[in-house]
Parts: sequence; C-alpha cells; structure tokens
Amino acid sequence: MRPTPSQTVGPFYGYALPFGGGGDLVPPGHPGAISVHGYVYDGAGDPIPDALLEFWQADEAGNLDGKPGSMRRDDVDGSFAGRDGVTFTGFARVATDLAGHWTLHTVRPGEVPYIAVCVFARGLLHHLYTRVYLDDTGDALLTALPADRRATLVAAPERDGVYRFDIRLQGEGETVFLDLG
Amino acid sequence: MPEPLSQETISREIAALAAESDGGDHPARDYPPYRSSGLRHPHRPLVAPPEAYAELRGPVFGASDVTPLDADLTRQHPGEPLGERITVTGRVTDRDGRPVRGQLVEVWQANASGRYPHQRDQHPAPLDPNFTGTGRCLTDADGRYAFTTIKPGAYPWKNHVNAWRPAHIHFSVFGTAFAQRLVTQMYFPGDPLFPYDPILQSVTDDKARERLVAAYDHGLSEPEWSLGYRWDIVLDGPAATWMEEGR
Ligand SMILES: [Fe+3]
Repeated sequence: MRPTPSQTVGPFYGYALPFGGGGDLVPPGHPGAISVHGYVYDGAGDPIPDALLEFWQADEAGNLDGKPGSMRRDDVDGSFAGRDGVTFTGFARVATDLAGHWTLHTVRPGEVPYIAVCVFARGLLHHLYTRVYLDDTGDALLTALPADRRATLVAAPERDGVYRFDIRLQGEGETVFLDLG
Repeated sequence: MPEPLSQETISREIAALAAESDGGDHPARDYPPYRSSGLRHPHRPLVAPPEAYAELRGPVFGASDVTPLDADLTRQHPGEPLGERITVTGRVTDRDGRPVRGQLVEVWQANASGRYPHQRDQHPAPLDPNFTGTGRCLTDADGRYAFTTIKPGAYPWKNHVNAWRPAHIHFSVFGTAFAQRLVTQMYFPGDPLFPYDPILQSVTDDKARERLVAAYDHGLSEPEWSLGYRWDIVLDGPAATWMEEGR
C-alpha cells in the first residue's frame, strides 16, 4: 500500500500537541538525571521559535518497551494530569520557545547509545530524524561519518549533568539527518 | 520595494514542479512555492544509519493518556460549536495493510470560520467560545480511529497575495516504530482551493495527493445529526523486512 503523504505541522499546533511536563522524562531530583538543551536554527542562523521536537529513548537499563502515561489525562475535567513521576515512558515532546530554545530532562539511555529525535516545524513539509549521542562512542553511525559531521550528533557537556545540543536545519554545521527507509 | 508575490507566480512554480514530479509519496522538503520551506530544509542528503535500534520501536500510549471525550471536539465546552457537524473515521495501517493498534491519533483544526484560537492567528474571523479544535484518541484493535467535530473553514495566510488554505484537519499519528511517525493534513473532497495551495501541491504526484483527501461517505452520515467522512491512513517507514531483520 502506498503511504499517506506528509504535510507540515504548520504554525498553530501549539494548543494541540505540546503538554505540561512534555520534556520531563524524569522528575526534578531524580537520581542520575541529566538535562539536554539547545536551540533549533534555520539556514540563516536564526533560531526557530515554532519547532516541535519529539524524543524517544531507552530507559537506564536499555529497555525500549516504552510505557503509557506520557500525557496522562485527568478523568474529572479532561485536563493534562502530568506524568505519574514513577513510570519512565521513553517519550518526550517539547516545542521550542520564542527564543528557539528547548530543554529535555531525562536519564542516560542504557545499551542504546543515543536518544532518537524527530523534528517538526512550520516550513518543514516532512519531519526529520536525528540522534543525540551523549558521548562520541564507537557507534556505527558515528564511525561512518566524517569528523565534522559526526560532531553535529554529539551533545557537548556544559557542566555536571547538563549537555548542549543544537539542531541546524540547513547550511553551515548542518545537523546530520537520517534516512530510516 | 519588491513586487507583491502573486498567485500567478506561485501557480506557475507549482505547475513547473508538477511537470517534473518524480512520483514520490512525500513532498520534497525544498518546495519553493511554499516560501517558508526555503530556510528550513537540509541541503545535505539524509544519511542511512548502518544500525537502528530505538527507531524500530516506539512510544506507547494507553488508557491513561486519553479520555473518551477527547475524540468529540463538539463537547469540550458548555455550548455547541457553530458549524456543520461531521464525523471523520478511518483505519491506520502500515504499508503491508496491518492495523496499527492502540496508538495515538491527535487532531487539530480551525473553527467553522477558519480561525485558530492561537494568538498568532490574526485572521479577522470570529473565535468560537465553544470550540477549541483539538482532539485525540487511540486506534482500536482494527486500527480504527473516529472523531466528531465540525467542518473547518478555509483561512488566509501570508505565503503570497490572496493565499488561502483549503479546509483541512491536521493529523498526528504514531506507528509501532518511531520511524513510522506521521504528521499530515486531511482535506475535504471537491474543494475549489486545491490547485492554488502550495502546501497541498507540494505533493506533486496526483495519486499521492489524492490520498490526502477524505471521501464523503453517506453511510456514515447520521440522520438529523452529522455528515460522515472516511479517511484511511497508511504509515510509511522501515520496510517490513528491515524491521524483522532489525537491521
Ligand atoms: Fe492549518
């Protein structure tokens, strides 16, 4: 069967897709918690204030089964109840703010050396996949890339437990985006 | 001062790109008639990773992530929204026709006047206090989703002079693999704005573009209540063999 074509997420997803605590895979103070943050830039080097990022990763033990509860709902009034603070769902969703900045609070994935990322934006007709590697490991994708391109996939440690990862959609320092078939 | 960008110019660009369509299922990320794509598409070719693990699995949603009312966009406020009440339903499958079960489908749309309740939407059309225009549901064992809503209106945008989006509902769909993720838009049959819209026309293959248009289904219409539309969704993504080999 032929697939349904992609279309842009457009500018007005903001009241539909993001949800409270969308970037908080673990609660504050969680043992081993790390923060990954950065900007999304366009081809002119300007930050993109209306990008939407989704993250999907293994838990600390390397488990990729995923769990429900990322966008838990309140059965009384239908509002978002927030995650339960116990279950690691593996899924996060963060809209960039007006400065083009995003933040993810999570833990290091076990076994799988990267956090998978899906990028949506107004002006982007088909989403893009990339990966956040927390170290320049010997992973097959990193090894296959020339050094300057490889660097776009490796988050830079800023201070204890805080990593910087910018996404450049186009031009100098363009992030490596993936063809997943 | 630059000439205002006319529909004629955009339509000429649309026609030229349609004439050289490669028959692809998805829009090119670089589609000049949609001006916003200019600085927001990669110049470098995508890289096929030698290995994928996480992307072959995907997030899981469950009973706690939706309430039954989330699928009825007409019942989220004390009053009834204005507009033509409709139901939209269909199946989500993978390319082999296998149902995508228990996965999350999210929708958002303008109200009947073509206005989003977003502060950047400055279209001088009325907001509807009884309509927000967001919904979600989980697909059933057969991959089926269903929403009750109102038919959205067309709305103007700034791509060029006299640019109007045909009426559409935005859809976000998850597959069983993260690599099957889809965000798209569903259109209504027979809309006269189709040929003028660079976002719909970014899908340059005629057959592929038709797959974005729902079918009116009289059997789904409910007497004295609502009109029915059917729209099936096929998720792209890793070929079945690729997934089984876990390459
Ligand atoms: Fe829209």
